[in-house]
Amino acid sequence: MIEVKDIHKSFGEAHILKGITTTFEKGKTNLVIGQSGSGKTVFLKCLLGLFSPEVGDIVYDDKVYANLSGDEQRDLRQEMGMVFQGSALFDSLTVAGNVQFPLEMFTKQSKSEMQDRVDTVLKRVNLIDAHHKFPSEISGGMQKRVAIARAIVMNPKYLFCDEPNSGLDPKTAILIDNLIKEITEEYHIVTIINTHDMNSVMQIGEKILFLKNGLKEWEGTKHEIFKTDNEAVTGFVYSSDLFKKVRQMYIEERN
Amino acid sequence: MLFLPEEVNFCFMNYLAQIGSYFLMLREVFKKPTKWRIMKTLILKEIDELVYSSLGIIIFISFFIGAVVTIQTALNLNNPLIPKNLIAFATRQSVILEFAPTFVSIIMAGKVGSYITSSIGTMRVTEQIDALEVMGVNALNYLVFPKIIAMLFYPFAIAIAMYVGIFGGWLAGVFGGFLTNADFVTGLTLDFIPFHIAYAFIKTLLFAIVIATVPAFHGFYMKGGALEVGKASTTAFVWTSVVIIILNYILTQLLLG
Ligand SMILES: Nc1ncnc2c1ncn2[C@@H]1O[C@H](COP(=O)(O)OP(=O)(O)OP(=O)(O)O)[C@@H](O)[C@H]1O
Ligand SMILES: [Mg+2]
Repeated sequence: MIEVKDIHKSFGEAHILKGITTTFEKGKTNLVIGQSGSGKTVFLKCLLGLFSPEVGDIVYDDKVYANLSGDEQRDLRQEMGMVFQGSALFDSLTVAGNVQFPLEMFTKQSKSEMQDRVDTVLKRVNLIDAHHKFPSEISGGMQKRVAIARAIVMNPKYLFCDEPNSGLDPKTAILIDNLIKEITEEYHIVTIINTHDMNSVMQIGEKILFLKNGLKEWEGTKHEIFKTDNEAVTGFVYSSDLFKKVRQMYIEERN
Repeated sequence: MLFLPEEVNFCFMNYLAQIGSYFLMLREVFKKPTKWRIMKTLILKEIDELVYSSLGIIIFISFFIGAVVTIQTALNLNNPLIPKNLIAFATRQSVILEFAPTFVSIIMAGKVGSYITSSIGTMRVTEQIDALEVMGVNALNYLVFPKIIAMLFYPFAIAIAMYVGIFGGWLAGVFGGFLTNADFVTGLTLDFIPFHIAYAFIKTLLFAIVIATVPAFHGFYMKGGALEVGKASTTAFVWTSVVIIILNYILTQLLLG
């Protein structure tokens, strides 16, 4: 479980996060949604320890991040997996090299043990054929999947995904969403996903946190988001006609 | 700082802050080392990339600089009372003391430095450095330490530069008809001070560390996108050259003055 207690983050004059408090549970897909520029990436990077919030605490299963020493923080980070908005694969390494990288860095496994593990996770994301390709030689969707493979190869306790399916076709996007959900349930990890994709919200939104102007505007489940009267949320989620109709039908069906 | 106008004062403090964070970076580079098994391959790769692949240009430049220095000296020493062997003496002194260590290092600040800034800067821009940090890797150690170690081999390249430079001078001097082979050899061994070689290599070693770390600093802490990577490379080159020139002055004063 990750507890976030009233975190604030500014860059110079710009106050980006203005006091966010929430909790994220194990074995559930937690979604953070909000408009572009609402601070989702900054929020996630605070959780990862890449940014340190000026005010507030982040607690990982009873460990308060700010109270840990530098080495303890690095140890804790080894239990985290992150899929960056732009994948952030190492260009100089092949697909297999990228996935193997954390194993080489932090485990004492033999070559063959590592290769087995790499094959297992690459199969998991359906990429076993791309083994020897370089990141520049594969498509954006494949890069995202490699990034997911790299994030889960160490069996993390915490998985963070920054817009894992932006820029992908709807079919691949749903595949990736389902993949993340399966992994979350299978390994019983805390998963937090940044997205502005409403399909993802409806598909895997077990807990949804809606950020607006650096504040928590609303939180709830995908079922609750249909019923909410919060105008900011409805205005954001049902900005497309299709979703407006879907919501109408959902409410009528309920009644 | 009271007597300085506010803007100058701000600039000055800004430079001080930069210099401070440069030294903080250096300290961080040596913390939480990467596994030796991985570091070893990284170092070998960087030796190849930074030193070995620069040998061609270093040899090319040194050869012609040596030749030109000899010709220039010969053309300017036309007083018959001055012995011809001074041409070789002047070539030796200028190549060993300045052209090989300093001039070549400035060229390397451009070649190696821009490679370092742009490769590290691209990793920053594409969040690869964040990815390293998130995994719990000390990104500074992983990226900069192998470059520092690889650049410790740079003095070997400069030794080659000295040799080739003098060889170029010999070729241009003897075959250009400016002096005889015997004169050249006499001049080459005239008043030879072994400490000059030590001085040249002490300089080179320090320049090597500057070439590895100043561009790395500019790449690692850059902000922005692809355009800024280009700008950072240029800034890094300017600063590396400035530091080399100033360091050259200080070291010369300290060691020879
Ligand atoms: N390193 C930084 N330095 C200064 N300002 C930043 C930095 N990172 C983000 N910001 C600012 O914080 C705000 C929120 O940015 P953030 O990247 O979190 O948005 P986001 O919700 O992830 O948007 P998107 O959905 O487009 O990815 C933006 O106004 C941005 O300019
Ligand atoms: Mg973002």
